[in-house]
Amino acid sequence: MKLHISIILASTYLLSFFSNKAMAQNAPKVDTTDLMASLENENTNSSNKTNYTTATFKTTRLINGHTVENIAKGVLDVKISHRFGTLNRGAYELFGLDNATMRMGFDYGITNNIMIGVGRSTFQKTFDGFIKVKLLRQSSGKINMPIAVSYVATIALNSLKFTDTSRKNLFSSRLSYTHQLIIGRKFSEKTSLQIMPTFVHRNLAEAGEKNDILAIGIGGRQKLSKRISINAEYYYQIPSYQPANSTNALSIGFDIETGGHVFQLHFTNAKGMAEKNFITETTGLWGKGDVLFGFNISRVFTIGKQ
Amino acid sequence: MKKLQLLFIGSLFIFNTTTAQKVFTKTGTISFFSKTNMEDIKAENSQVISVLNIQSGELQFSILIKSFHFEKALMEEHFNENYLESEKFPKSTFKGLITNIAAINFTKDGTYNAVVTGDLTIHGSTQKITTTGKIIISNGKVTAMAKFFIKLADYKVTIPKLVKDNISETQEITVTCLYNQKM
Repeated sequence: MKLHISIILASTYLLSFFSNKAMAQNAPKVDTTDLMASLENENTNSSNKTNYTTATFKTTRLINGHTVENIAKGVLDVKISHRFGTLNRGAYELFGLDNATMRMGFDYGITNNIMIGVGRSTFQKTFDGFIKVKLLRQSSGKINMPIAVSYVATIALNSLKFTDTSRKNLFSSRLSYTHQLIIGRKFSEKTSLQIMPTFVHRNLAEAGEKNDILAIGIGGRQKLSKRISINAEYYYQIPSYQPANSTNALSIGFDIETGGHVFQLHFTNAKGMAEKNFITETTGLWGKGDVLFGFNISRVFTIGKQ
Repeated sequence: MKKLQLLFIGSLFIFNTTTAQKVFTKTGTISFFSKTNMEDIKAENSQVISVLNIQSGELQFSILIKSFHFEKALMEEHFNENYLESEKFPKSTFKGLITNIAAINFTKDGTYNAVVTGDLTIHGSTQKITTTGKIIISNGKVTAMAKFFIKLADYKVTIPKLVKDNISETQEITVTCLYNQKM
């Protein structure tokens, strides 16, 4: 009898031993470092967390045109941009520095995905306004999205006096619109590229020119250090739409970032700084030295609640 | 035979009474604060993972740099991009020991002083640190709190001259962890 009890107890003992072992295999291991590792793994496990890509570009402008970046909600970005005269004017005009056109702009983030802005350029005394909406964000993990997509709509108002006063001039003749999709991708910590299919509509066009212009922009940046990057931007107008004397805008420049400022220094053949101006009204040719030195200065102020 | 039976029964108890030795959390908070005449910078991370072995005193922390949130969006971007380089060094860890663990009674409510020493890794650089904190036991729940200072240069975080007046070389770190899970 006693032997029976002993056998029962012994088998219970063995059973409990095995079940303990089985449980230990299911549960995270007991060592502190192992427990830590399994908790970390749970947290960073790509299948349950979306990791959004940030800082594809340093600022909302590549050189002349927009990047896929938006400013954050409640942030005011004051932009002062200059384009000097062309380099081929020679030493007499200090390689263009005697002349300048400028744009003053104010951008504001309504939400983290919607921003608006207004500006005034000396070129054609242009007033411009835009709205930019983030449609897709590049991300990995739970939501895997290889690209970022933004949409920019701009309106530009040429406020120069009408040259031909003999005819009936309409206010609407002053207006032009652009619609732009920006498709960008941060390929690595240092390299980002984007393409920008663009549609420009000018209410008033020269005789023989089309009111609508299609263009495709391509641009990118390569970081040289943590705070300096080299950027390039090119807008190609589809030849059948291209206005007679216009050339395609090519710009190359540097972003230099210091705290709340971004300085952008660049060379470009475009004089205008509103979309319609630099995409369709650039006349200079790089090959002839019609290249202007210019800079954009951006200073951000956090004025609204995040 | 009786003795053998007792031994069996005794060993059953030993195997089944593996009480919780470790408490952990995934929602601890670590914040840092930099004060200069120009500007105060504050950021908080409330997804801190921490494990504490209440028997051996082993204490570990792990945080994702990207989970620090700032008042200003641009600060957060610069913090990740330029200073902590979160792509290259995604997490910061601490591995150490509460050296006076024996003096803390985890079954009795109260506030106990804890001396913690161990390796703190930030931005890929590891430094040995020792600090004092508090362990608070309340209704069987363990909370750890500590406040200490670190020097940015120790962790190879460099501040460019232009913003030297805005960012303090010494950062105040505050840790608050309620260990709400155990095993």
